Amino acid sequence: MTVNGVKRSVGADAETSLLHVLREDLGLKGPRFGCGAGLCGACLVLLDGYPTPSCDTPLWAAEGKDVVTVEGLGDLDSPHPLQQAFLDEQAGQCGYCLSGILISAAALLTRNPAPDEREVAEALDRNLCRCGAQRRMIRAVMRAAKEHP
Amino acid sequence: MSMSARPAVPDHSTHGTGSAPAGRHPEPSGAAVSLPRGVTANPRVSQWLAIHGDGTVHVFSGKAELGQGILTALGQIAADELGVAPHRVLVLAATTASGPDQGFTAGSMSVADSEALRMACAEARALFLREAAARLGVDADEMVVADGVLRDRDGTCKTSYWDLAACVDLDREILGLASPRPVAGRAVVGTSAARVDLPDKLTGRPRFIHDLSLPGRLAGRVVRPPSPAARLLEVDPAPVERLPGVVAVVRDGDFLGVVAETETGAESAAVALRQACRWREEESLPPEESMQAVLRGAETETTVVRDDGAEPGPAATRGSGAGSAAPTATTAPAGTTGTAGTTDGTDGTDGTDGTDGETPVAATSMSATYTRGFLAHASIAPSCGAALWDEDGLTVWSHSQGVHPLRRAIAQAAGVDVATVTVHHVEGAGAYGHNGADDAAYDAVLLARAVPGRPVHVVWSRADELTWSPLGSAMVADVAADLAPDGRLLSWSYDVWSYGHTARPGYAGSPGLLAAAHTERPHPLPPSADPALAGGGGTGRNAVPLYVIPRRSIRAHRALTTPIRTSALRTLGAYLNVFAIESFIDEIAAAAGRDALEYRLAHLTDPRAREVVDRAARAAGWPGQPTEDGVALGIGFARYKDRGAYCAVVAEVEAVHDIRVRRLTIAVDVGRVVNPDGVANQIEGGAVQSTSWTLKEQVRFDRTQITSDDWESYPILRFTEVPEVVVEVIDRPDEPSVGSGEAAQGPTAAAIGNAVAAAVGVRVRDLPITAERVVAAMDD
Repeated sequence: MTVNGVKRSVGADAETSLLHVLREDLGLKGPRFGCGAGLCGACLVLLDGYPTPSCDTPLWAAEGKDVVTVEGLGDLDSPHPLQQAFLDEQAGQCGYCLSGILISAAALLTRNPAPDEREVAEALDRNLCRCGAQRRMIRAVMRAAKEHP
Repeated sequence: MSMSARPAVPDHSTHGTGSAPAGRHPEPSGAAVSLPRGVTANPRVSQWLAIHGDGTVHVFSGKAELGQGILTALGQIAADELGVAPHRVLVLAATTASGPDQGFTAGSMSVADSEALRMACAEARALFLREAAARLGVDADEMVVADGVLRDRDGTCKTSYWDLAACVDLDREILGLASPRPVAGRAVVGTSAARVDLPDKLTGRPRFIHDLSLPGRLAGRVVRPPSPAARLLEVDPAPVERLPGVVAVVRDGDFLGVVAETETGAESAAVALRQACRWREEESLPPEESMQAVLRGAETETTVVRDDGAEPGPAATRGSGAGSAAPTATTAPAGTTGTAGTTDGTDGTDGTDGTDGETPVAATSMSATYTRGFLAHASIAPSCGAALWDEDGLTVWSHSQGVHPLRRAIAQAAGVDVATVTVHHVEGAGAYGHNGADDAAYDAVLLARAVPGRPVHVVWSRADELTWSPLGSAMVADVAADLAPDGRLLSWSYDVWSYGHTARPGYAGSPGLLAAAHTERPHPLPPSADPALAGGGGTGRNAVPLYVIPRRSIRAHRALTTPIRTSALRTLGAYLNVFAIESFIDEIAAAAGRDALEYRLAHLTDPRAREVVDRAARAAGWPGQPTEDGVALGIGFARYKDRGAYCAVVAEVEAVHDIRVRRLTIAVDVGRVVNPDGVANQIEGGAVQSTSWTLKEQVRFDRTQITSDDWESYPILRFTEVPEVVVEVIDRPDEPSVGSGEAAQGPTAAAIGNAVAAAVGVRVRDLPITAERVVAAMDD
């Protein structure tokens, strides 16, 4: 599979979850374990462009596909417009949910570069945030869309 | 584009000595100096900070970053007090290996407790100024500090913290003789400095305890009993031990776990081990449908929170208030301690002469009962811990709220010398009280004991997180009041029942660690207790209305047994108590034909209370335009713990097909503001979390086990359900800073409840306020 633009081969059991492969074998700690059932969004990655819970995706289902994690969006030196907008809006508290939320938001902006607030909220509805920073996150996505049309 | 936050370098070229001659470090005069408790417990400057020759400052905090941004706020305070740019200051995570013991990071006390750090930094500044003055041959009083450079007024003689770092010894006692800078001289405090932890968290860099990278790390999983009272009858570990990658199967009494080379291996082994067990289960939980009766019927410890000598019924008070349709409150603040007073404190509140000896007759008596269910912390990350036993002793990594108390509890439970135990704090997901963090740390300790020399990293399952972490207690409150003919409050009676709100590590002489209660030689979990009233109370927290009421009789009844494990969850009892008080005030106002806002203001004398209520109402356009059916505003107010933040919330609720909170308009007063955006973020978050509690949340259980064990059975608020939140932060530079993390929850619940009642015309007194309950109330 391709992970963040680089071809990777992994020698793990085909039933291993993609999340464990990313975190343990490939050292990508961005995708996070939250529930193991695809219900919270903390482990979301883009699988061929679609936000997908990596915790209940077996490795075989990702074979040959294109995987993007939050690390693949940008880094400290060259952040993705969404990462910069989240920083500018101070959109987060504990931050555990942020990786998955950025993945959902990135997918949204790819298919709809100028969403309204309702569309942003709907796109992030699979992601849970317990600290209550959702309004800031919605503002941050709107800001990223506006500043990087 | 770069993600590094670029805080402005503050101009610290104010007089270095503050308002008192702090540059000179006078010998102790024998005068009593009032030291913050953090200083008393951690008296040496070097316990708080280190200044390095490379131009950086390390601050050692005893407080834990829980997602609330405390590292950022403490860095701001230190930067100001030392007179350095904030980027030079690194606040290190709490550890028992060094730095101060500040107990638990809890109760919205971290900013208030930061006076100790401020004092340590002021002392360090004074020591450096004294050294600089001696070397340069100038008077320390004539020196100033600017971003770590110490110079005389005309700038001809100068040196710096960094030049002097090697020769100023900070390993000396804080005498409290260096005055902290006056508020006006603070350049960083009061600004919205960016959170120092967010860049890592936005780019997926390893920062959480779950990401911990330890050489030789093994993965651990615990196989918990299927229910709280279950006992292990038999287990055959042999097949599990033979699974590939399994390093150890651990059994100690009813505690079971596996250690494996990989996460996947540990998960598979845990599934296999669970299948290899036979348990005897028994019913030990109370009936969920009759929690009210269970709590009322429990043997309890009763605390009289306030008693002005009245019982409900015909009240005796002075000043009938006849003829005063809208009494105005003009006396001094009623005070939040002691009694509002029937002798002189409230006589003038009705605008009459308050003649002694009248026996007013209560025109109306009202009463109502309010309840809440159990609440789960429901953090997005399951609890996690790591531990290593080696020749140096026992090292533990935890997202605990108190590494020092946890260290002592672990030593007690494991039967080892506390001196051999080190606990490091590593950030977890948001913590909203006493969750499973400490328990997960001890799980790791027990599993790692089987594999000396290799660290074991334990992660809980989602189901264990929702069913084994301590819960916030179910509660029931009876409230009754007598009103004068004009509607004015004459007396107030309040009784609230609950399980205890604290069971933190080390309480009641017990480790208070889950796994320790399951081992062969168990340390059972004692019944949950309540913090003392002086510490804010638990069941009785915020049980006293701030309104002027001549006679109040307020009692908190804490059950002596805890059939469901409960402990501190954000605001403790205040969530229900504020909901009950503020709902009932609305019910009284409605019965008296008064506007809910006007009625509150008529009974509030504290000017800071009046201001938040007034500002929130005005910002929300109170009383609103009744243009849409099923849409209304509601208000709620409280001062957290009677001495913390003042907060008023106006909720706009739409109750047509479902209950939706459209908007929350909030005014808050936390005294002097350290970080305005940080306060706004905490208030917004608290209000949204409370919206979730109030509309959706209730732990479900049968007589044997907790059944709400995933996000479908324990749903929380989703993005499309989150209201707009508008926060106005009132800065009071001359008032002490108080915390903001728990100010909004009670008032938000009350505002929502009151808005629902206004929108649909019926009152729901049981939390959560669901559409089902609204329909049931309408049918009644």
